[in-house]
Amino acid sequence: MSVSRIRDYGDRALLLEFGSTDEVLACAAVLRAADITGVTDIVPGARTVLVTLTDPTYQAATRIRLATVECTFQAVPVPPGHADVVIDVIYDGADLDDVAALVGMDTDGVVAAHTGTPWRVAFGGFAPGFAYLIGGDSRLSVPRRDEPRTRVPAGSVALAGEFSGVYPRESPGGWQLIGRTETALWDIDRPQPALLAPGMWVRFRAVTSP
Amino acid sequence: MGAIPGGDLTVTNLEVLGTGPLALVEDLGRPGLAHIGVTRSGAADRHSHRLANRLLVNDVDRATIEITLGGFTARILGGDLDIAITGADAHPAVDGIPFGTNSIARIRDGQVISLGAPHSGLRSYLGVRGGIAVDPVLGSRSYDTLSGIGPPPLRPGDLLAVGDPTDRFPELEQAPVAAITGGLVELRVTPGPRDNWCVDPDALVRTAWVASERSDRVGIRLVGPALEHRWPGRQLPSEGAVRGAIQVPPDGRPVILGADHPVTGGYPVIGVVVDADTDALAQVRPGQSVRLRWSRTRIATTGVSDW
Repeated sequence: MSVSRIRDYGDRALLLEFGSTDEVLACAAVLRAADITGVTDIVPGARTVLVTLTDPTYQAATRIRLATVECTFQAVPVPPGHADVVIDVIYDGADLDDVAALVGMDTDGVVAAHTGTPWRVAFGGFAPGFAYLIGGDSRLSVPRRDEPRTRVPAGSVALAGEFSGVYPRESPGGWQLIGRTETALWDIDRPQPALLAPGMWVRFRAVTSP
Repeated sequence: MGAIPGGDLTVTNLEVLGTGPLALVEDLGRPGLAHIGVTRSGAADRHSHRLANRLLVNDVDRATIEITLGGFTARILGGDLDIAITGADAHPAVDGIPFGTNSIARIRDGQVISLGAPHSGLRSYLGVRGGIAVDPVLGSRSYDTLSGIGPPPLRPGDLLAVGDPTDRFPELEQAPVAAITGGLVELRVTPGPRDNWCVDPDALVRTAWVASERSDRVGIRLVGPALEHRWPGRQLPSEGAVRGAIQVPPDGRPVILGADHPVTGGYPVIGVVVDADTDALAQVRPGQSVRLRWSRTRIATTGVSDW
């Protein structure tokens, strides 16, 4: 597979378009490993990879270079035998009952669905260390809350649309809260401040105390 | 004298006496971390920030103080110091005696630097020979106003250590720099990538925009007639963003992303201010007129969406 389309994103960045998030992750990993001269940042999105450049003079040459990059990619990504990260969750979120009602399960069913299959980090955004997780149980797709909360506690485990995520710090938020974790998603004093990076596999595990 | 947090009394220090509306330590930011949600940040007007370092023969990675709308005062403690102020001309003075913007001034131990209010432009950069030597966070001394990463906004009483100077000496005393306009600002914009998400993307370059009061380092909002979405209610899958990207939120009022922009966003970006012009954009004050023009011919696409 190669990049299907490359668009100029201003004069110092290129936007690569793909058919699926799995292709995005495969190609972002290849580009990161390729260590291309003049590339500042490789930013996965849901269907795109943004490649930012150190200087506008790299724009034309990088466009040519990227068109030749081959990314191998599995049509259905196979999770590894063990997850990269396991996150222990106490499932007592303020919206757990609402989520159960929305998806037509009891709360135990929601917990079983959330912990039953691995999730994959698709892309970041919203706050440092926040990861949009995809590929979980498709029955858990729920809308955002009608009224966003002004304060969502750090460590809140949440659902919105096809995504799950964990709030790295206290912030406003409109996702449905199903649980909480003591695991630090973001710690600026760690060598790798973000626990999760695009492409990683994550499993949630239900616990009754932290 | 007791230990003062943040200061190192064995070296020259800058004692902050007054900050004005906002004074931040900034350098060229944190490249390469957007995939974990950390935006680049850094000086909003990189051109003026770099000029201050160049006048002082500092290495390019040295931090300056980004002062929004003047009003900053500081005392030099522990030695003499060369400084330079660039960007918006806020009528800098040393112990009340004016000195020129875009030039070097030697400040004696105990003297006070003060900035007034600029008549035009928004941000001034105070550079010191050796740079502002606060501790870097994730490789940068920049404060990111969106995430709160980096040295916090300056407050009166802060003591800022000055770094070691290079062993080269300043040769230029005054840089020839065009004055920052308080009038109409024209910016070049590369079309796309999502220009077809608006019914009439060329309205962007036909409209006389005004910078909104609700503008900051995260984004500059433009006031003018709303742009019409081609597919109202349709959601663009989140994609990466850069400074200068012109997003069109559901209300149709464009926002030009600034240095502290979110790393990804879900509003269509219909054009991107060319990189060199984002420095001029950082000097636009609320209420100022902005004209945008395509940097090259926009190739109109049909209503066919890729998504």
